[in-house]
Amino acid sequence: MRRVLPKILAEYAESIAEYARLEGLDFYPTIFEMLESDEMSQVAAYGGFPQRYPHWRFGMEYDRLRKQHTYGLGKIYEMVINNDPCYAYLLRDNALVDQKTVIAHVYGHCDFFKNNLWFAHTNRQMMDEMANHATRVRRYISRHGLDPVEEFIDTCLSVENLIDPHSVFMQRRESRSATKQRAQKRERGEKESFDGGKYPAKSYMDRYINPRVRPEAADTDQEQEVELKHLSIPTHPMRDVLLFILENAPLKDWEADVLSIIRNEAYYFAPQGQTKILNEGWASYWHSTIMTRYCLQAEELITYCDHHSGTLATSPGRLNPYKLGIELLRDVEKRWNTGRYGPEYDACDDMETRRNWGKSKAPMGRVVGKGSPGREKIYQVRSIYNDVTFLDEFLTPEFVEEQKLFHYRYDPATGRMVVVNRDFDRIKQQMLFMLTNHAQPYIYVLDGNYRNRGELYLGHRHGYIDLDIKYAKETLKALYRLWRRPVHIETVIDDDPILFSFDGEQSTQQTIDEATPAPANSFA
Amino acid sequence: MKIAKDHQRFRQIVKGKIRKDLRKFLSQGELLGREGKRSISIPVRNIDTPRFRYGDNSDSGVGSGDGQPGDEVGTGEGMGPGGTQEGQHILEVEVGLDELADILGEELQLPRIQPRGRKNITSERDRYTGIRQSGPESLRHFKRTFRRALRRQIMSGVYDPSRPRIIFERGDKVYRSWKTVLSPQSNAVIIYMMDVSGSMGSEQKELVRLEAFWIDAWLRRNYQGIESRYIVHDVRAGEVDRETFFRLREDGGTRISSAFRLAKDLLETSYDASEWNVYLFHFSDGDNSSESDSRECCRMLSEDLLPQINLFGYCQVASAYGSGNFINVLHENLPDIDNLITSRVNTKDDIYDSIKTFFVSGQ
Repeated sequence: MRRVLPKILAEYAESIAEYARLEGLDFYPTIFEMLESDEMSQVAAYGGFPQRYPHWRFGMEYDRLRKQHTYGLGKIYEMVINNDPCYAYLLRDNALVDQKTVIAHVYGHCDFFKNNLWFAHTNRQMMDEMANHATRVRRYISRHGLDPVEEFIDTCLSVENLIDPHSVFMQRRESRSATKQRAQKRERGEKESFDGGKYPAKSYMDRYINPRVRPEAADTDQEQEVELKHLSIPTHPMRDVLLFILENAPLKDWEADVLSIIRNEAYYFAPQGQTKILNEGWASYWHSTIMTRYCLQAEELITYCDHHSGTLATSPGRLNPYKLGIELLRDVEKRWNTGRYGPEYDACDDMETRRNWGKSKAPMGRVVGKGSPGREKIYQVRSIYNDVTFLDEFLTPEFVEEQKLFHYRYDPATGRMVVVNRDFDRIKQQMLFMLTNHAQPYIYVLDGNYRNRGELYLGHRHGYIDLDIKYAKETLKALYRLWRRPVHIETVIDDDPILFSFDGEQSTQQTIDEATPAPANSFA
Repeated sequence: MKIAKDHQRFRQIVKGKIRKDLRKFLSQGELLGREGKRSISIPVRNIDTPRFRYGDNSDSGVGSGDGQPGDEVGTGEGMGPGGTQEGQHILEVEVGLDELADILGEELQLPRIQPRGRKNITSERDRYTGIRQSGPESLRHFKRTFRRALRRQIMSGVYDPSRPRIIFERGDKVYRSWKTVLSPQSNAVIIYMMDVSGSMGSEQKELVRLEAFWIDAWLRRNYQGIESRYIVHDVRAGEVDRETFFRLREDGGTRISSAFRLAKDLLETSYDASEWNVYLFHFSDGDNSSESDSRECCRMLSEDLLPQINLFGYCQVASAYGSGNFINVLHENLPDIDNLITSRVNTKDDIYDSIKTFFVSGQ
């Protein structure tokens, strides 16, 4: 499938990389490959990777993308993988000017992957890791059969989103509790197990080289039981439900491994969801800058403009992340170039003064790299912000007005979506809601030994939107297949606290009152 | 390709050959296209993985563009949570109604409709398909001409960005050219009938609207000249225009025969059965007021309507109030009639199946 880049494109890629470096972008080596549209659909269905473990949902995605392409409903211009080296794919039937634009765009993404804080903990050898996952799952399939493995993967996918994207930044807290455990063990007069002396191992070998239950710790059955019970109650509401299940559910070895694969991949993809607007905005900012300043030939101008504006096009009911991202970055650049921030500017009420604020300070002529306060600021933004913090900090009423943003809502009387208003606070609140946690509910493990019967008790931290009941019930069934004991989730439906349960035979729901036994943890 | 196996497996699941447990999660996903100003979703099969998710997060959002409070927003997706797949550029393209119908036909594997009898007159039609260097000014392809002129001016250095003036020269101009195609001319009329009694709510209307849109698209693809007539009824029937048809809200009971009688009158006065392909569609929640009226309906269908028309489609939408018995009445009294087809639509997902039921015989 791999195809070497035609010489002319390879040369362009090299020169565009030069310009990108000149402008201050800093990226891993990037390898471009050329794909036919059908191959592109395959790679896109695989989430950008050349291979994944066998599963029907990739086939489903491929089916959709291929149809989209054949019916002329849309095409995928480009894909890029967060890896060291970065891999990027170009679509073969694109015109040269499109290829150049895409190449410039890709360098923007690569820079973002390498330097954005939220990507700091992602695996940069994910190409290898994915291939590895595929091999392991294939091995389980040949040993246990396709159906059971596939069914188990389906089950895991139901809970795939129950991870804690922030946990990778909270190593200290984990290690503290580990220390505490060791201390407790010492108190009980146990030998210090060689936790500190963990053998170095690749993640897929870790389970075998550093087994979870050490022979020393498992002196007698009774002791092991005490230890397990202690573990199965989280000390605080725990967001990484997958980890909790992985460590405490009675899974077979292959099942635990499949679940860990799913979890691993979910963590790898999480930052891309957290930074969609910023990442696309950043890449678009740079393809636009690089193309218009360095690369564009006169005869390519029209096609370039046509396609660039196509990418950034908005339609009324839809916010385009490319457009929103690039405009907000440019707005930030402008504001910092002219000093339109800080208490003095905020306090100014005179519209005329505000409009002309700092105009004289704005840098004249071409700015290269970080050569202006505005550029410096947006480089900082790309390093430490994600979509939520980006919008929270930099969205201004002026920007909302300029971009003609509005808040819309379903009108039950007419059955249509109608514009409600252009109120800044409401718009911002709505946008942040849609971005926070991927617009998905926050679910925590509250108890792993509920009612002292080894039942799993989850809690939904309720904001102002209820769970989808039908989906919640089905998801509970999937959780039961993993936990193999009754599972519960507490939530709020129409302002009443409700407990949904599944005990292996039937789904039940009851209102939570004083008579309901409390779980080990609760939302304070 | 590597993905062929996954693809094959997905298709087998959809067809219900393997992993029957997944069938219940099967839904009509959608590809979004655009037809004129509205966006259209095209059915593709989709298997949903159950997850904890919000119940009604699709009912509000942020959009951009002009508009006053209270104006309708062009439907389309709100700002989604952002895909997990990095850097996919997807460009949306506009689709014509014809193409939409083709896609629908392809997805649902519908056969082309065979017009009845000798109602086919071949006619000539011009289609603009190509481009050429000469032609009348009225057929000048403005965008291409403009682009060529712009390109020429940029290349020759005449173009001044601060004063962008584009002047066409003879060599810049290109024209649309046409081909004459022979196409069979067959006329068809669709008569939509809808029950607007108190038990048909806005949700039911929305289902009818979508169903009618696709019926329209598919029949238009199959016939050149097509006319649509709209009849609403509660205990009395009346003809209305398209707008009113989908908006009107009435109270009161239901007498289905009233609509049938009006349809019969329409056919007799305007659409001679020997010249027209006639399609009748009736939408109702199936809650007819009396047994005797249901009997009357069956009599009218078998004696007056069915012998004259291509297809009578009865589509029953679920409603909270209706007993939904009319579909059973039809089954009992008029079994095994080729051009009487019934279907039930309870949710949006059922619409495509319903369309398929109506047109799978190619009548």
